[in-house]
Amino acid sequence: MSRNTADRATRRVEPMWGTMISLLVLDPVDPAVIDDVFGWFRRVDDLFSTWRADSEISRIGRGDLTVARASPEMREVLARCEQMKHATCGAFDIAVGASAEIEPRPGLAPLDPSGLVKGWALERAVDRLAHGGVSHLALNAGGDVVVRGGAGDDRPWRIGLQHPWRHDRVADVVCVTSGAVATSGRAERGDHVIDPRSRRPAHGLMSATVVGSDLAIADALATAAVAVGSIAAPWLTGRSDTQALAITDSGAVVTTSGFDEYRST
Amino acid sequence: MRRVVTVIVVTIGGIVLLASFHTSPGVATRPVARGRSALQPPAGGTPPTSGTGSGAGRPSPPATNPGTSPAPNGTGRPPTTAPPTTVSASRTVVGPVVSNRYGDVQVEVVVRDGQLQDVESLELPSDRQRSQYINSIAGPELRQEALQARSANIDVISGATYTSQSYAQSLQSALDQAGL
Repeated sequence: MSRNTADRATRRVEPMWGTMISLLVLDPVDPAVIDDVFGWFRRVDDLFSTWRADSEISRIGRGDLTVARASPEMREVLARCEQMKHATCGAFDIAVGASAEIEPRPGLAPLDPSGLVKGWALERAVDRLAHGGVSHLALNAGGDVVVRGGAGDDRPWRIGLQHPWRHDRVADVVCVTSGAVATSGRAERGDHVIDPRSRRPAHGLMSATVVGSDLAIADALATAAVAVGSIAAPWLTGRSDTQALAITDSGAVVTTSGFDEYRST
Repeated sequence: MRRVVTVIVVTIGGIVLLASFHTSPGVATRPVARGRSALQPPAGGTPPTSGTGSGAGRPSPPATNPGTSPAPNGTGRPPTTAPPTTVSASRTVVGPVVSNRYGDVQVEVVVRDGQLQDVESLELPSDRQRSQYINSIAGPELRQEALQARSANIDVISGATYTSQSYAQSLQSALDQAGL
């Protein structure tokens, strides 16, 4: 971002969904457009927070609400989760918490679409921003990133991939003009991802990053890779619309063969 | 003709060290030793002679009899010898097992004429299964490389979801503050 670009930029950071959302807009923008986007994020929390007993997802999980009577957003998200379950041969499974062989704890919900909702909600937010005239932006919700239009001066956005053990370093940098970068991992919140095969906490990968065009898909794929502890599955390596990088528990980096196209030269 | 390969033991650790190795070719697995910041001599000062550790269970600490008979070696590597007194210009330097909260790490480097030739991780028993698994999958569809710790010019950070509390210590927080 050049100095001139920075002078015009709007930045807004708010706690949301138990994490932090950072929005950077490089175009002149009506503050009402930004307000609308953060209002949307609050609605997503009302619907999908597994930490709130009154959210729609919690009510559905308890059997107090049927999917058919739920909001259009809920039905859309659950349908997309089902698609991603098929697309990952079951590795992405929002119902795995119901039968996980671990101690019950806050946030462990019988139905938990968190691995897709964040990416989906950010894509919807970008649609709203585009409608409000924004074409250059970076939106980051707790490490899942959508960018549009480049960072100014014909430069792509440079997205650092957090080093799993050193908070002040990145393990890699990917360059994306318009696209999505999702990272799922165990570095920050410990064993919160369940392996659907063992129904126990996942192991093998510290983090998995998926780069692609749609953050909902990238988010779900990254979550699924961490769940099964590998990016070697054909449902990931066989895709042409995404590339992946994983950091193993032992500190090795594994990438899909086309990942270099996102690396800075 | 096989050169005499001398094995000495030093303590190797630190991302700085491994980051400097990444130009060496043909390395399949290079786990990063964490928790140390620089090349350090072993406690006690004198480099002991040792094999590379083998067999079941965790490799024992390096032997402490410098300059004497070869240590037990079950890995098929050349036997160890006394410190170099000949024209041998190739040295294999084996680090001890470095344990930290993230696991065990041991690396071996080959030095020739004062130049680093190769780096290899010695597969520890606890790591072996996983390394074999990773190697088996790192075929044409996947590549494997060393973990780096970079400080680069970046706009945004992607990472495992931080909490709103841990955000304060995150790189994204630093970027947000720098831009405001």
